[in-house]
Amino acid sequence: MRLPDRMTLAFTVAGAMLVAYTVAALLVIAIPELTSLSHLLSVAAEPDVISSILLTFAAGFVAVAILALLGTPLAYQLARTDFRGKALVESLIDIPLILPHTVAGLMVYLLFMARGPIGGLFAPAGIFFEEAFLGIVVAMVFVSTPYYVNTVREGFSRVPVQLEHVARTLGARRFRAFTAVTLPLSQGHLISGATMAWGRAVGEFAAVIMIAYFPMVVSTLIYQRFSTGGLAESRSVAFLMVIVAFLIFLLIRWAAGSRRRRDDHP
Amino acid sequence: MITLDRVTLRRGSFALREISLHVERGEYLFVLGPSGSGKTLLLETIAGIHPDAGGRVLVRDQDVTVIPPEGRRVALVYQDYALFPHLTVRENVAFGPRMRGADTGSAVDRLLDRFGLTPLADRYPDRLSGGERQRVALARALATEPDILLLDEPFSAVDPELRSRYLREMRDLQREQGLTVLQVSHSRDEAFTLASRVAVMDGGRILQTGTLEEVFRHPSSRDAARIAGIENLVEGMVIGTAGQVAEILLPGGSRVQARANVTATATVTVCIPAAEIRLVPGGACARDGATVIPGTITGLMAGEHTTLVELDCGFPLTARVPSADLPALSLAVGDPVSACIPAGAVHVIPKGDEG
Repeated sequence: MRLPDRMTLAFTVAGAMLVAYTVAALLVIAIPELTSLSHLLSVAAEPDVISSILLTFAAGFVAVAILALLGTPLAYQLARTDFRGKALVESLIDIPLILPHTVAGLMVYLLFMARGPIGGLFAPAGIFFEEAFLGIVVAMVFVSTPYYVNTVREGFSRVPVQLEHVARTLGARRFRAFTAVTLPLSQGHLISGATMAWGRAVGEFAAVIMIAYFPMVVSTLIYQRFSTGGLAESRSVAFLMVIVAFLIFLLIRWAAGSRRRRDDHP
Repeated sequence: MITLDRVTLRRGSFALREISLHVERGEYLFVLGPSGSGKTLLLETIAGIHPDAGGRVLVRDQDVTVIPPEGRRVALVYQDYALFPHLTVRENVAFGPRMRGADTGSAVDRLLDRFGLTPLADRYPDRLSGGERQRVALARALATEPDILLLDEPFSAVDPELRSRYLREMRDLQREQGLTVLQVSHSRDEAFTLASRVAVMDGGRILQTGTLEEVFRHPSSRDAARIAGIENLVEGMVIGTAGQVAEILLPGGSRVQARANVTATATVTVCIPAAEIRLVPGGACARDGATVIPGTITGLMAGEHTTLVELDCGFPLTARVPSADLPALSLAVGDPVSACIPAGAVHVIPKGDEG
């Protein structure tokens, strides 16, 4: 067998270091947890932990639902039309990517607190965002918008516009052409955009605690346990989060994969 | 059936410029032009894809300028066919009826059968050949029973050995269904088989509209002659006229006579189709009234059926000789030869008529 050339070798070593970093990070949590399963199971059974995980995932799903409703039209407009100030809109969408998340949290808090410009509109109706499920959701939407919009826009722009034109000459109204042709052909990007946005949302900590320390999302719970109960306590919750998140990602991958096989197009 | 009245459309640096065009019911109009001449934009504008187009579009004598594509009942087939990749052949064909809320079943089956697609009905487009895709695209377009069909280079992805059969079928289909067809293409062969009339397009303008005879034998301008595929366009000067016949001096001192309505000393473009030129090695031309231009062979380019012979006659001249005639002529580079041009073969374009 011939030895690989030097570049392949060097690149493989460099890449392996990065992958090993992730693996090591997983192992350093997984090994102690798996060797003391009884402790892990007892933590997993704690009502606080269960409700925190459910809360986090539920808020993440609501955030993604809002993104799908508002971000899909935005992504389509960006993919299909040219307008003055489009570059500006695109940069605005990317802002959450470069902002420190504490800054994002502060912004969300200032907007949605009971005296804030948006929170103030809801407060008279008895709807509050501070220390509430809704506060978690709006913080999650803010930080995950670029992940959803950019991915879905890329998907839409890959669908040849001629397909929509033909659909319309065949009698489809614009929106029907969009739902019957463009949406199904962007399925992969829609799923991947939603998955990334959801992953970003459920992992958010800094932006969430600014507006809602309570009820505790998983990130907050891990931090709280770390600072009050110590390593072992926070590590168990963290490991549970790793497992559940991993399972959900696998489920989405599987669902997306089987859909694409059925569609069977390049 | 279709009327364009000074239609304009701007796309970046390109524009359709005041296009006026009329297509009669049941006519097969060919729009001939090089790539980038705006042919696809023209079809899309008729189909209603570009609401920002200026001017007026009339379909079936109704002004549809502000009607969206779904309200025009004009079928459009793109060059790459634009089949829906996530739908099977049957679902593609059934798309139009489904969008119009029609009962799809039996009509779709008939179309699949008509185009020989029944065995492929459950395949996805990425498993089809170019010819098969073309038939799916046609079947899909016809499924909404349009009386107007717009075709964008529909035979370009079809295998050459199938092309002539498809051309014939297209002609039969058009006659059988009484379709009004507007096809854009850069193929002269297709135009000869299918077209009842031809429009020549270049740079977003219609240069000339007319019958096959008019467009290919009597182009109205140098650009139209180039697009019509006339190989030899030679600048000359009118040195005398007698009635309708002009005598024209070509570069290098040769003279040619042609029917033309021109005045003496006018500069003209002389169009000489390469296939009309007969080559006689060092002899005279048999036919009366033919112009003889002596020259030297500078190049030979063999093709399957014909060979292009390049001559230096004081100006470059290209003749097209049937390959079967070559052995008898025994032509070689450097040989002197006489180019015989029949009187009726030469067409003259006055300089002032240039677009």
